[in-house]
Order: sequence, then structure tokens, then C-alpha cells
Amino acid sequence: MSKKMQITLTVNGEAHDILAEPRELLIYVLRERLNITGPHVGCETSHCGACTVTLNGKSVKSCTMFAAQADGAEITTIEGLGSPDSRHALQEAFKEHHGLQCGFCTPGMITRAAKLLEENPNPTEEDVRFGMAGNLCRCTGYQNIVKSVLAAASDINTAKEAAQ
Amino acid sequence: MNDLTPDREDRVAKLKGLGCSRKRVEDARFTQGKGNYVDDIKLPGMLHGDFVRSPYAHARVVSIDASAALALDGVVAVLTAKDLEPLGLHWMPTLAGDKQMVLADGKVLFQGQEVAYVVARDRYVAADAVELVEVEYEELEVIVDPFKALQSDVVLREDIAGETSGAHGERRHPNHIFLWEEGDKSATEQVIDSADVVAEEMIYYHRTHPCPLETCGCVASMDKVNGKLTLYGTFQAPHVVRTVASLLSGIEEHNIRVVSPDIGGGFGNKVGVYPGYVCSIVASIVTGKPVKWVEDRMENLMATAFARDYWMKGRISATKDGKITALEAKVTADHGAFDACADPTKFPAGFFHICTGSYDIPVAYVGVDGVYTNKAPGGVAYRCSFRVTEAAYFIERMIELLAIELGMDAAELRRINFIREDQFPYQSALGWEYDSGDYHTAWDKALAAVDYDGLRAEQATRLEAFKRGETRKLMGIGLSFFTEIVGAGPVKNCDILGMGMFDSCEIRIHPTGSAIARLGTISQGQGHATTFAQILASEIGIPADSITIEEGDTDTAPYGLGTYGSRSTPVAGAATALAGRKIRAKAQMIAAYLLEVHDNDVEFDVDRFVVKGAPERFKTMAEIAYAAYNQAIPGVEPGLEAVSYYDPPNMTYPFGAYICVMDVDVDTGEVHIRQVYALDDCGTRINPMVIEGQVHGGLTEAYAIAMAQEIAYDDMGNCKTATLMDFFWPTAWETPHYTTDHTETPSPHHPIGAKGVGESPNVGGVPAFSNAVHDALRPLGLRQLHMPHDHWRIWKAANDLGLHG
Repeated sequence: MSKKMQITLTVNGEAHDILAEPRELLIYVLRERLNITGPHVGCETSHCGACTVTLNGKSVKSCTMFAAQADGAEITTIEGLGSPDSRHALQEAFKEHHGLQCGFCTPGMITRAAKLLEENPNPTEEDVRFGMAGNLCRCTGYQNIVKSVLAAASDINTAKEAAQ
Repeated sequence: MNDLTPDREDRVAKLKGLGCSRKRVEDARFTQGKGNYVDDIKLPGMLHGDFVRSPYAHARVVSIDASAALALDGVVAVLTAKDLEPLGLHWMPTLAGDKQMVLADGKVLFQGQEVAYVVARDRYVAADAVELVEVEYEELEVIVDPFKALQSDVVLREDIAGETSGAHGERRHPNHIFLWEEGDKSATEQVIDSADVVAEEMIYYHRTHPCPLETCGCVASMDKVNGKLTLYGTFQAPHVVRTVASLLSGIEEHNIRVVSPDIGGGFGNKVGVYPGYVCSIVASIVTGKPVKWVEDRMENLMATAFARDYWMKGRISATKDGKITALEAKVTADHGAFDACADPTKFPAGFFHICTGSYDIPVAYVGVDGVYTNKAPGGVAYRCSFRVTEAAYFIERMIELLAIELGMDAAELRRINFIREDQFPYQSALGWEYDSGDYHTAWDKALAAVDYDGLRAEQATRLEAFKRGETRKLMGIGLSFFTEIVGAGPVKNCDILGMGMFDSCEIRIHPTGSAIARLGTISQGQGHATTFAQILASEIGIPADSITIEEGDTDTAPYGLGTYGSRSTPVAGAATALAGRKIRAKAQMIAAYLLEVHDNDVEFDVDRFVVKGAPERFKTMAEIAYAAYNQAIPGVEPGLEAVSYYDPPNMTYPFGAYICVMDVDVDTGEVHIRQVYALDDCGTRINPMVIEGQVHGGLTEAYAIAMAQEIAYDDMGNCKTATLMDFFWPTAWETPHYTTDHTETPSPHHPIGAKGVGESPNVGGVPAFSNAVHDALRPLGLRQLHMPHDHWRIWKAANDLGLHG
């Protein structure tokens, strides 16, 4: 064990000062120290994407990054997308199109999809399948996830047009 | 009295009952990160457990030195078999009548086996301590081949070496577990030996793994003040876990509460009891603190229950015109180090004897030899009823091979051998009574939907082009027609550790007309909170949105055997409907009293009881519920509650027709899946949206299994596929697109006619994908290629056929 480090993370808009060992993974700090349990641990090898968060504007698998590397970062997790009274378009679309079953991949899946739609607001089915390939789902066979993401893209675009 | 009478159709729609694609009530939580999985549970003072595991597949444990680990700051305890022995917990019974080491007792029998259990302040300290436990091993000869195991002098299970019989009869070799037989062996041999046409082949269904996204884990919390043990965990059968925990620990069952919180997928992996649960309970009792154990992905793939690993030697015979006359299956089943299959007790090979499939086969025989090897124990039903997917794969390969022998189209061969609609209920040669089916209608619909004749014509054209050297891609049409057997099951022959496989539902109607129902099952993503409320809505006339469904807490839910083997809808779904009917019967008496007529003069109408012939006189279920609590009704107890324990009279037999079309590149072994069509008949359809989702998911698992997913070992017993780098789990990118379809043939013995669907796509899907690969290379001489059909193996098959020049 080595000496603990002082780390500052801004998670879902809230700043946290944390004392953590240098070897502590970001997912561990989020879940165990900050009680942000939306992101999950599925593989700890970067394959499954259940731990996906947005870090400084990029999709990141928080199971293979040290918390110390994230010092000073802005992080968004599933908890920071929408609220019970005003759900994110993706949260609505996943429900509407049966884009989830056991729910374990869902926080990472939606967090990644939100970033994907920022990067590419008008994706094709192929774009979605490729852009979401870092997130594994064991239940749905992806077809309804793809459908949900495409529907959310359309909903977001419609809302934007209406606002203009 | 009641002035507003909405249209009947509107009232039905408002219920969101049977048959509607109700959106899932679970999703609001899950989409907002508010699921509550076992690893999300945090109790005050909670410690963390982690295992020292064996790097060897077969070795003697010479010594274990935990002193360095115990000296580490934050380490609370290190448990070994020696510590568990005084409690009688160093071994535990398996669901299959065998016993299994909880922690290595003298030797280890598979790589990844649990050797010592470390308890520490947090996960990092526990992992450090695992590294500090010194274990000295003496390597022993490893056996990973079940056929060699039966010839070898190396005795794997020294603890039972001298025993010539086990839980399932005679053992003919120290590494032999059982021979289980069904059917008429001599009559079958006689027919096949003198038949016009016989197809014979060894068909291997490789070892794979359910690998849910959430691994297995638990939190054990022993409250020493009041003597209560609470066990949270990823349990597909929480009530059975409670009973087993009580029997093992000696803690009275009323002092144990088992809770399955949200479960991140199960697929059979979370049915059994693992050493991690036992060690966590002991550690909590010893330390007086809650102890959490959550395995990592590698541990999940290496040490928890695998699936399949069946070597199936088959013979099928027919007349010259293609009428099947007999089927024989001689199976060598690799069970690994301990027989820890999760099957109903009396069925050591599960329901493999559904292997006559959808065909009218007059005589058949099945013999299954269970064998010990130096591999992880398990043998669970990975998204299928017990060994049904092995059976379906076997018969659907044998049919294809028979078609080759006969020179007949495989679709036509199926058609002329299907059990006819007028033969149901149908007695199979291996002892099952199929409840209902209309196979010809389903098959014709499927073939028409994909334009089967057109596909065959295109395939022939492609083959000619291939032969002319104009293309290197062959086209395969994978056919599959499966009959499942699910809904275990009748208590007279189905039990697990002596507990009959009934299931249950308890309903309480609240005074203001909403309700809660609790069941003995537990959802792992199937959407029970949504669909069971739909069953109830149609039965009792209360909107599904006003019914809470709760499962998984043994202190509150009625006893049930859990969710696996597609048994929730056939068994607990039936209990739900019948409990609902009890509510309705009482509601009828209350309504009659309120309406001042005789009980028989009112009838149920969607959401109310009406006076027969005077529909303007009625009482809604909400009014009846209120009356049940606020009026003294002569001869009727207050309240409106019911409970039903349902013992099914028979299994249910869902069926379906799946067709996969693919192009196979003979030079690279790569495949391109062009089309996957899946027609399912699961009887009455409760929620078409959920059914479609189940089919998509099961097909993707089938695709993975058939095309690349396996648990593989080298000769030293090293597991070569223990990470998601090596264990194939398809992404959105390579997963094919699916077209779903259905016919609807209700089960005659189920209260609402439903049969269960969650596992059908895995059962029917694997042969569809595999048969497509075979079909592509069949015209060039391929008979049998063992799964998985990864690029290398397909390339090699093409190479062996001389297609690479």
C-alpha cells in the first residue's frame, strides 16, 4: 500500500475532495467512496463497458483508469443524465423500445449513447452498432438498443428544431 | 348507482392485461442508475472476502501458510478447509446428489478451485492478502478428456474411490458418475440394425458458459444479537438457498432471510450454491460483521457453473421414403470435478430425452454416462430447460445427416416426420406427453416467410458459380424446428433436494383497489414486475399499473423454486392466475351481497361484476375491494387476499421454426449472416414486446455459442478462455438482425394457456446457425463439424475438404 493522494473530482456537477490510494480505480472510487452505483463492474478489463462514464467530454471505461489519473476531471455518470421529473431522451427511448432487460449494462449503455449522439446527432444504424460496440449486453441482442438510440436521436433533433 | 360506464374496449385497454405490449415498470429505475444489485449493497462495518484459487487442475495441497497474509494490516481472517471441517462445511452437497469441496480438502481438482478464503477490510487489502497466502502443491496427472477418464488409472475423486454406486446408480469406474437410460434399448437397436437407411455420427456440443454481465456474489450478515442471518445474493432460487443454508448451517430456517435483489442476468449461472456463499456465511458468523463476496469475471468463467459439454453418439434410421423408424443417443457427459449439475433430482441428464424432438419416432433409446474430469463443475441449463438445448441440437443435426443419406430435402424430411396436430396430446417414445402443437402450420409459415424455394434456387446458382471459380463464397440455409420442454415441474417427479418444483403467488388487494402480489420466482431481466401484473390484471380486473409485483425476499414471498428452465410463466404464472381466480370468487360473493342478488346472479365483466341481464347494475373491483374492508358481510371474512401453490399437471412444450441464411467465405472462414427468421409458438402471449426481446436475446446467445463461444482447456487443464478477450461475447457490430414471427397454440393444461419463451431462442437458435454452416459446405462433402464454428475452424473444414486448391 502506498500513501494516499488528495484527488478532486467533479461528478455530475458536484465537486468532491477524495483521499485515495494511487492504485484505486476510478470505478472503485465512484462506487465505494462516492456511493455513485449507477456505473457497474462487469469485467475489469475494458471489454464490457458497464462502467462507462463521460470524462472531460469523452466516453471512458472507469474500470481501467486510476482515480488519480482523473484528478481535476469533470465526470458525468448515468445519475447525471436527466432526473426523475425530466428524463433524458435516451432514458425514455430505452423504455419505449424495450432497450433493456436485466438493466446491468444499461447505465453504461445510455451514458455511451448520450456521448455518441453528441458526437454524431444523425447516426445510421451502422454508426450506432459501431459506436456502441464497446458496450456489451447479454440480454437484448442489441436490436432494441439500436432502435432506442436511433429513436432518441430523432427525438432530440425534433426537440431542437422545435426550440429554434 | 354508477353513472359512468366506459366502453368495454376502453376498460379492457385500461387494464393493460394479457396480450398487450405494456412498457416495463422496471425501466424507470434501471435507466436512471437506480437498480439495486448485490454489489450496490453496503452495510455498516462490512468486510470483503476473496479467494486463493488453485493454479493447477489436479494437485495435492501439501501445505497452506497464511501467516504473512494474517500479518497484513486490515486482514481479519483466512479460512481453509481445516477451519471449516469442525463445522462440517468443508464439503457441501450439490444439487445433483454429489458433494463438492467448499475449500480444497487435501487436493484440488480443477484450475481456479477455491483453496482459501481471505476476509479483509476492503477489496484491495483482500486481494493483497490472497497474494500473500503461500500454498504448496504437488502436481498430479491431469485428465481433461472424458473418454480417457474412463480408461485411466488416475482416480480423480479419491473421496468416493471405493464406492461402486452413487446418487444415480452404479459406477463402473472411479471416474464414472452414472449411466442414466431411457427408452427401449434392444428394440431400438433391432430397428436400426435392420433399417433401410441409417445416419450415424458423433455430435459434440462443446463446453460453454452462461456468463451473465453481473458476476455471482453475496453479502452475508449474521446478527448475533437476535440470531438472524440475512443473505443477499445473486440467487435464481432464493427460497431453495434459504433451505440449503439452514440445512448446512444448522440455523433454523425462520432465522434466515434470503434476499435476491436486482439480478444482472442469470441464464442458469446463478441457480447453484457456490463456495463463496458458504464461506461468506461462515466468515460473517465468525467475525460478527457483514461480509461481501463478489467474484470477478475470470473467477466467473473459470469456477462457476459451465454449460453443455456433451459428446452425443447418434444413430437414426428411416425407410427409403424418409419415414423415421428409430433414434439412438449414447452420450458421454463431461461433468468436471464434481457433479454439480442443476437438474431436477431424478433426472441426472435433465430432460435430454426430449431428443426425439418434433418428430413422430416410434422407438428410441438414450443412455447418458456422466464422467469426472479435471474441469470446473457445473452443467447448468444455460438459457434452456435442463439439457434441452443439447437434445434439440442433437436431433436437428441428426435430421440433417439423415437427409444427406436419403438424398432428400431437409425441410421436406422434417415435414413428413412431424407429429401431426391430431396426435396431441402425444406420447413420445421416451416417455413425455407433449401437450399441444401445430408443427405443420408453423413450418409452412416459416418456409413461406423466407421464400425457401427461392433460397434453394439461389444456393444452387451460387454453388455452380463457385464451381466455375466465379465466387469464393458459399451460401448456407440453416433449418431448425425445435420442441422444448419447460415448466418443471410436476411434484410427482420433479424436485430439487427434495423440494417439489411447484411455485406460488400471494395476492393482497388493498382497500382502495390497488394490489401487491408476491411470487416464489425471481426476475433476472425477464420483466416479471411487468408481465405478472398483466396476468393478474386480466384475472381480477385491477389495472396492471395498480399492481405491485414483488419477488426475491424469502421473509415476505411465498415459497417457490425460483426462475430457470423457463418455469416462471408455466408454473408461477399459473399460480398467479389461480390466486387471481380465488380473489375473483370472493369478490363475486361480495358483489352479490352489495347488489342484493344471489352469488350466481352476478358475472365478471373485465373490471367489475354485473348483474346478469342487467349490465347497468354492477360493482367495480375497486368498490368490492373497499367493501371487503369496511363492511360486515355475512358469511364472508373481511379482507381480500389469496394464495396459490401450483403443482403443474405436466410440462409445457413450446416450439418454433428458425431459419438462418448465411454466406461462408471458404478462404477466410468468415461468415456473413444475411437473415435470421424466428417463429415461436409459446402458447398464449402475455406481452409481445417482452417476448420479442427474449427472442432477440436468446438468439444472440445462440449465435455466440454456435459461432465462437466456448470454455476451452489445454491438456494441462488450464482454462484458455477466462476473460472476455478470449470468451466470445458478441457486440452490437457483429450481432445479426432478427425477424420474429409467431403462431399461437395454447397449452391445454395451463390456466391461461401460456408455455414460456425465454429459452426457446437459445434452444432453436443454435441448430439454425450451425446447420447453416453445415449446409453451405454440405454439397462439397461436409458431414459434421463440431461447434463452435469460428473462422479458423470453418477455414480448416474448407481446407480439409480440399477447397483451397
